[in-house]
Amino acid sequence: MGDLWSGLAQAFWLVVSLDSDLIEITLRSLQVTLTALVIASVIALPLAAVLAVRRFRWRRMVIAILNALMGLPPVVVGLIVYVLLSRSGPFGVFGLLFTPTAMIIAQVIIIVPLIASIAHQSLRELWTDYHDLLISLNVSQSQKMRTLLWDARRALLTASLAGFGRAIGEVGAIMIVGGNIDHATRVLTTAIALETGKGDFALALGLGFVLIALAIAVNLAMHALSRTEVEGRW
Amino acid sequence: MVSALFPLRVRGAVSSRRGTVLVGPVDLDLDGQGTTVVVGPNGSGKTSLLAMLHGTARLSAGDITWSVPVDQARAQQAFVFQRPVMLRRSVLDNIAYPLQVAGVAKSEARSRAESWAARVGLSDMLNRPARALSGGEQQKLALARAMIGDPTVLFLDEPCAALDGRSTREIEAILQEVCASGTRLILSTHDLGQARRLGDDVVFLLRGKVHERGAADTFFAGPVTVEAQAFLRGDIVE
Repeated sequence: MGDLWSGLAQAFWLVVSLDSDLIEITLRSLQVTLTALVIASVIALPLAAVLAVRRFRWRRMVIAILNALMGLPPVVVGLIVYVLLSRSGPFGVFGLLFTPTAMIIAQVIIIVPLIASIAHQSLRELWTDYHDLLISLNVSQSQKMRTLLWDARRALLTASLAGFGRAIGEVGAIMIVGGNIDHATRVLTTAIALETGKGDFALALGLGFVLIALAIAVNLAMHALSRTEVEGRW
Repeated sequence: MVSALFPLRVRGAVSSRRGTVLVGPVDLDLDGQGTTVVVGPNGSGKTSLLAMLHGTARLSAGDITWSVPVDQARAQQAFVFQRPVMLRRSVLDNIAYPLQVAGVAKSEARSRAESWAARVGLSDMLNRPARALSGGEQQKLALARAMIGDPTVLFLDEPCAALDGRSTREIEAILQEVCASGTRLILSTHDLGQARRLGDDVVFLLRGKVHERGAADTFFAGPVTVEAQAFLRGDIVE
């Protein structure tokens, strides 16, 4: 219990004193996660729209695989990305291992199936609703997808938020491909793992509370955006 | 006004889904004027017939021939559904949607949408979310959205089902105005009063087939078939 209070106090102090290490680690966490989120959304949302609207031979199989990949073990993803990016791997020439880029790649692989699956559920329901009208209006396939993506934008924001939650709290994959290098690839989760290993529970808890606060802040921001829907502002 | 789309010839047309015939075989000739009302008991295939003529239900046998190629014919048609489909957008954006996907400039689409909203009495709710409207308002919106592309033929599938008397009267007034301006109406209804008020000719559908067809006055004055007589009396016809 003492560690908890000490962690809270330390978190408070770290934030209030704008601790430079904390700021650096937090910004790197956000930079890696938000970049991964944008890239993953650009891949996953159109993929979800295609799966909702188009009928092709292996569609059900693709959906089943996507759903299965939602539970992809991050450590395995980290291992695969490590092998691919290591010097002897096919992409070793780019020298990306132990860089934030490698961490972004791993996170994108982890959250694309999650965002695509959740988005697909929303778009499929909307497509059922819109189907007759859009067919009647002779709307092209790309227009159908654009209409669905625009009209389901709030639900898609929630899907992306789920991706953000998974990515910001991820530790296994980015530890393997990032290496937790101080001032280079250290992020909140890997820093927490390191401090816990060193026995500095107070600092680990402090970083943990900052991580939780970050997740809550993003959720609140999304909630505020959702409220604007009721007011018809976007 | 006689449309260049007509006459419409339907020969042995059948629409089926997963081996079950929904409607057909249907033989029908329609010219380009007035309002055709499709009546019949529940499950007789009214919705399927309209969808088949419009081209949204797949034709599994037979032919439907307009006087122009089918893609041109489709471009001149619009459909209003029994349960209006509301896009998750404002009233104005819903009405403007067909023009938006047709590539019409935003300002022109907006201006035409405002004009149609005024015609159907939705001017004071342009920025409200369409899904927040009442059933009657949603159906008026659907009508405005269908008409904004200036279609030659308007299909309406039970447009006043589940609406109150006032909304029904308002919708019918709009439909009469639309018909008077030269748009060909083909609508299904289970409301015989509405069929009498709006119809120039009547198609009586039973078990997926055209059982009787005639001018509205003639049909309502003295239907030929026993089933149509029973239907008009209000008996259960299956």
